[in-house]
Amino acid sequence: MTDSLETLLAQAEKDLASATDLQSLEQVRVRYLGKKGVFTQRMKELGKLPPEQRPQVGKVVNEARQKFQQALESRHAALQQAQLSRRLAAESIDVTLPGRGQRLEGLHPVTLTMRRIEKIFASVGFQVAEGPEIEDDYHNFEALNIPAHHPARAMHDTFYVDEHTLLRTHTSPVQIRVMEEDSPPHRIIAPGRVYRCDSDLTHTPMFHQVEGFLVDEGVSFAHLRGVLDEFLRNFFEQDVEVRFRPSYFPFTEPSAEVDIACVMCQGEGCRVCGQSGWLEVMGCGMIHPRVFEFVKIDLERYTGFAFGLGVERLAMLRYGINDLRLFFENDLRFLEQFH
Amino acid sequence: MRFSEAWLREHVNPPVDTQTLVEQLTMAGLEVDSVEPAAPDFSGVVVAQVLSVEPHPNADKLRLCQVTIGTDDLLPIVCGAPNVRKGMKVPLATVGAILPDGMKIKKAKLRGVESLGMLCSARELGLAEAASGLWELPEDAPLGQDLRQYLQLEDAIIDVDLTPNRADCLSIEGIAREVAVLNKIDWRPLSVSAVAADETATLPIDIANEAEFACPRYLGRLIKGINPDVSTPLWMQERLRRSGIRSISAIVDITNYVMLELGQPLHAFDADTLQGGIQVRFGRQGEKLVLLDDQEITLNDDVLVIADDVNPLALAGIMGGKSSAVTGTTQNIFLECAFFSPEAIMGKARRFGLHTDSSHRFERGVDPNLQSRAIDRASALILQIAGGHAGPVSEKVGEKYLPLRPLIELRGQRIEALLGLTIEDAETDDILKRLGMMAEREAGMWKVRPPSFRFDIAIEADLIEELARIYGYNNLPVQSLSFPTPLQSAPESQLSLDRIKDVLVDRGFQEVITYSFVDASLQEKLTPDLEAVPLLNPLSSEVAVMRTTLWSGLLNAAQYNFNRQQRRIRLFESGMKFYRQSGAIQQDKYLAGLATGAVLPEQWGVTPREIDFFDLKADIEAILSLTRRKRNFVFEAQAHPALHPGQSARILSRKDNQVCGWMGMLHPQIAQDLDLDQNIFLFEIRQSALTHQEIPAFQPLSKYPSVRRDIALVIPDEVEAQSLIDAIFACQADVLQDVLLFDVYQGKGLEAGQKSVALGLVLQHPEKTLTDSDIDVIVNDILQKLADQFGARLRG
Repeated sequence: MTDSLETLLAQAEKDLASATDLQSLEQVRVRYLGKKGVFTQRMKELGKLPPEQRPQVGKVVNEARQKFQQALESRHAALQQAQLSRRLAAESIDVTLPGRGQRLEGLHPVTLTMRRIEKIFASVGFQVAEGPEIEDDYHNFEALNIPAHHPARAMHDTFYVDEHTLLRTHTSPVQIRVMEEDSPPHRIIAPGRVYRCDSDLTHTPMFHQVEGFLVDEGVSFAHLRGVLDEFLRNFFEQDVEVRFRPSYFPFTEPSAEVDIACVMCQGEGCRVCGQSGWLEVMGCGMIHPRVFEFVKIDLERYTGFAFGLGVERLAMLRYGINDLRLFFENDLRFLEQFH
Repeated sequence: MRFSEAWLREHVNPPVDTQTLVEQLTMAGLEVDSVEPAAPDFSGVVVAQVLSVEPHPNADKLRLCQVTIGTDDLLPIVCGAPNVRKGMKVPLATVGAILPDGMKIKKAKLRGVESLGMLCSARELGLAEAASGLWELPEDAPLGQDLRQYLQLEDAIIDVDLTPNRADCLSIEGIAREVAVLNKIDWRPLSVSAVAADETATLPIDIANEAEFACPRYLGRLIKGINPDVSTPLWMQERLRRSGIRSISAIVDITNYVMLELGQPLHAFDADTLQGGIQVRFGRQGEKLVLLDDQEITLNDDVLVIADDVNPLALAGIMGGKSSAVTGTTQNIFLECAFFSPEAIMGKARRFGLHTDSSHRFERGVDPNLQSRAIDRASALILQIAGGHAGPVSEKVGEKYLPLRPLIELRGQRIEALLGLTIEDAETDDILKRLGMMAEREAGMWKVRPPSFRFDIAIEADLIEELARIYGYNNLPVQSLSFPTPLQSAPESQLSLDRIKDVLVDRGFQEVITYSFVDASLQEKLTPDLEAVPLLNPLSSEVAVMRTTLWSGLLNAAQYNFNRQQRRIRLFESGMKFYRQSGAIQQDKYLAGLATGAVLPEQWGVTPREIDFFDLKADIEAILSLTRRKRNFVFEAQAHPALHPGQSARILSRKDNQVCGWMGMLHPQIAQDLDLDQNIFLFEIRQSALTHQEIPAFQPLSKYPSVRRDIALVIPDEVEAQSLIDAIFACQADVLQDVLLFDVYQGKGLEAGQKSVALGLVLQHPEKTLTDSDIDVIVNDILQKLADQFGARLRG
C-alpha cells in the first residue's frame, strides 16, 4: 500500500513536471485531486479497510496528498510566473515611438502679448474695457481735443466709412466712452484693433493697441512714470532703462514718448534701434483738461494719466520678430513658433 | 525741419558737441530723426581756374586745359565736359585726391596727353543728384582753397521731426531760441533794418471784410528793375540744399531762405502780370486757378485766395498761381508777406492734395509779429543779390483779428499736483523768462502771457508741460501707485473668451488674426444677405469692405497655407464682424473656425481619416459645454449660402430662440471657385451667446443604483436624432439621467427609407431602487410615445 503510494506520488510529481502550462497543470490537478481523482479515490477506499487500520493508512494517504498539493502549488506558482514573464516579454514596446492623438496648437503672438499686458496691469487693479471699431468722429477725434482739420489729424491716416464715421485710429476713444458712462475713479486698459490707412515695410493697415488710463484724486505725472517704469520692467523681465521724452498728443498735457534702452543691443546701438540705443515703445501723458471738459469730469478734483502702446511693436521686441507683416499673413510656420 | 548745424551755430553756439546738441533737442521734445554729414567724404579738391582750353590732338570730345590753383605751375588737365570754358572757376580734384565713390586721382595719360587731375561736377562730389557739366564756382572763389573749407562742408545736417504744436521751431531762429533756453545762454537774432524805399510805386491792397479774420495782416511791396539773370549765391544754395530745398531761381530761393531763417513764408508775384491791385478774399464758387504745380483747381467760398482786380492769383498761404509766377524774365515783382490764421488755412491744402512748406507753417501758426522784419530781410537780400529798387511797404492790419496770446493763471499748487514735484518759485520764474513768457508772480501764482510765436500755449497745463520739459522729464520724481485698490470681483457667471480660446487651442486649433477688411467679391458669395460696410478710401480692392463674416479671413488664411504645402489646417479667430441693418452699422463680436484635412495630425498606428461634420461639431459642443448650459443649444438643419445645403446647421439657443451661430461644410461650388480641393468645415458663433456661464448648483447624489437599458429603434430616415432624444427627455424627465446615442445603421436588413438608431437610456430614481417592472413600465412608455410620434418600432 505504502509502496504503491510512493509510486503514485512519484508518478504524480512526474505529471506535474510535464505540465508546461496552467491548463495542463489543471488537468493534472483534476486527475489527482478532482472528484474522481486518484487521491480522492484513495481516501474513499479507506472506508473499505478495517477500522483499526484506517487512521494509520489515512494518515499516510493524507501526507502523500499534502505533498502532492504542495508540489502542485509550487508548480502552479512557477508556471504563473513563467506565463507572466512570457506576457511581459511579448508585450514590451518601443517606448520611444511618438504618442498618438490630437496636437495642441497655439495662440497668436499678439494675443499672447495682450494677455501678458492685461495680466500685469490687472495686478494693480486695471480692468479691461472695449469699444466699437467703427467709431464716430466725435469719439475718435473731437472729444480727444483733435478738432476737424487740426494738423494732428495728419498723424492719423484715417479710413473713412462716411463723412462722420471711421475706423478707429487708436484705442483712445474707449477712454471717452468709459468716462462718459461711469464716474471716476477709473483704472482701465482697453486692448483692441486699430486701423490706419498706411501699408509698407513698417506699417500694416490694421494693428493692435492697448490704451490705459487712470483717473483719481491726486494722480500725478510721477505716478505715470512709476507705473510705466514698472510695467516695462515686468513686461521685458529685465531691468530695462526707461526714459521719458517730451512729445505732443492733443489729448494729454504734459505728453511724453517713452523710450527703453534697446533690448536687442542693451543700448549699444544696432539695426533694430537705428543705432540710437533707444526704442520708442509708448506714448503717454496727463489727460488734457479739455478731454475732462468733454466728458464732464471735475478737473479741479480729478487728474489722470493715459498711455497707449503698440502690441505688435512690443511683441516684436519681446520675441525678436523682424517683420511686422508676418503678424497678419498667418503662415502656420510662423504661428507655430509661439506654441 | 532739416537744417545745417553751422547755420544754427551762427545764431547760438552752446559749448557742446553735435551729439550732445542733438540729445538736448530730442530730450526737449524736438525729436532728432537723423544727423548726416553735409557732404560725403572726399579730399584733395580745391578751387581752380581754367586758363586755356585747346582741342585734344587725338580725341574729338576731349579738351586739353591749362588750369591754375594759384601757384606758379600750370596744370595740364584733360577734360570731356561740354561746359568747360576759359576763365571759369571749377573744383579740381588734384593728384592724390579721393572722391566720394572711393576713386583716387592719379597722374594719367589720356589718349597720349598727360593730365594732372580732374575737373569735377557737383554730382561727382556727391553734392547734387544730377549735373549737366562742370560745377561752375563763383568768380570770387579763392584760388587753391580746399573746397570743403570754401563751402564749409565740415557741417552736419540735423533733421528734427517736429510735433504739430511746435510751429515756432520751424526756422533756424526758432531752433536757436530753443537751444538757448536749454543751455541757459543768449542767442543772436538776425538784425534786420528797414529797407528804405527808393521807388514810390505801390499796389493798392484790399482785404475783404469777411476775409479779415483769415488774413489779419498783409504786407506787400513792389521791387522794380531786378536783374532776372542773376543766380543764387553759392552759400545760399548750400544752405537751402542742407535744408532739403532745391534751388530754383534767385527770387524764389530768397523767399525760401527767409522762410527757413525766420519761419515766415513769403511769396513773390511777377508784378507785370497783375491787373490792378491786390485783393485778399475768399474764392468765388466755380472760379478756376492754375497753380504752380500746373494743377487746375476749382475754388469755392471757404478757400482764401490772393487775387488782383480780375483773377485769383494764388491759394493764400499754400501755393502761388502759374500765371503770376516769377519767371526767368521777371524784372518787377510784388513781394507778399502776410499772416494767415491757422483756422483759415487748416485742411485746405489737403483738400487739393497739397502739402507745402508754406501751408505746413501757416496751419500750425506763424508769429503774427514777424511780417515786417521778414519783408525787410527778404527785400534786402533781393536788392543785394538781384539789384532793383524797392517801393514802400504797404500794410493792412485787421487789429481785432490778430491772435492775442491769452493771459494764463499758473498755480504753484497745481504744478505740484500734476508733476508730483515742488519747483522753487525762482526756478519757475527763470524757466518762464527764458521761454520768453511775460510772467508776474503773486502769492503762489503767476499770471503768464506767452510770446506771440507760441500758438501751443493756451492753458495752465500747457505751462506746466513747459516747466517739466525744461526742468527735464527725467529729473521729475517717480512714484509707485499708492491708491487704495479694493478687492477685485470675480464674476463666476461670466465665461471668459480666454477660456474658450484655450479650449480651441487644446483641441488642435491655431489662432489667427486676419484683416477686418476683405475682398467684396468673395464675401458676396459667403453672405449675400448681409449689407457690407465699404470703406471710402480703401488701400486696394482686396481690402475694400469690412468683413460681414470671419470666414472670409479664415478662408484666405487657409488658402495662403494651402499654397505652402499645408493640407491639414485648423484655424480660429475672434473679432468683430460688421454689416448694415436698416441703415445702422452693426458690429458684433464673433468666434469662428475652419478645419480641413485629417482629423488627427499624421501619426503611426492610426488610419488617417478626413475630418467630417461631426468631428467639428464635437469641438463646438465642447465650447458650448463651457457654459454649463449645453442642452440649451440645438443644431438645426438649415441652409446657408456659404455652406453645403445638406451639411449645414444653425445653432439656436432654446431659451430665447436666438440664432447663436452656424456650422457646416463650405459649399463645394465656393470651394471650387477658391481652388480649394478639400472639404472645408466652418463654424461661427456670436460671442455674446457664450458669455454667460451657469454657476454649478449642487444636486444630492442618489443612493440608489442607476441602470442602463439599450434600445434599437427603427425609424424613418427623416426623423432627426435630436427630436428623438428631446421626445424621450420630454416624457420621462425625472428618472431619466441621460440618453446616449451609440449607433446609427442603414442598409441591409432594413427597408429603404428606414434607419436604426441605438440608444442607451440611463435611469435612476432619487428615492428607490428601480425594479425590472418599474423599468419596463418606463421604457414601454417611452416606446409608445416614440411610436406615436415618429412611427418608431423596436428593431427585431
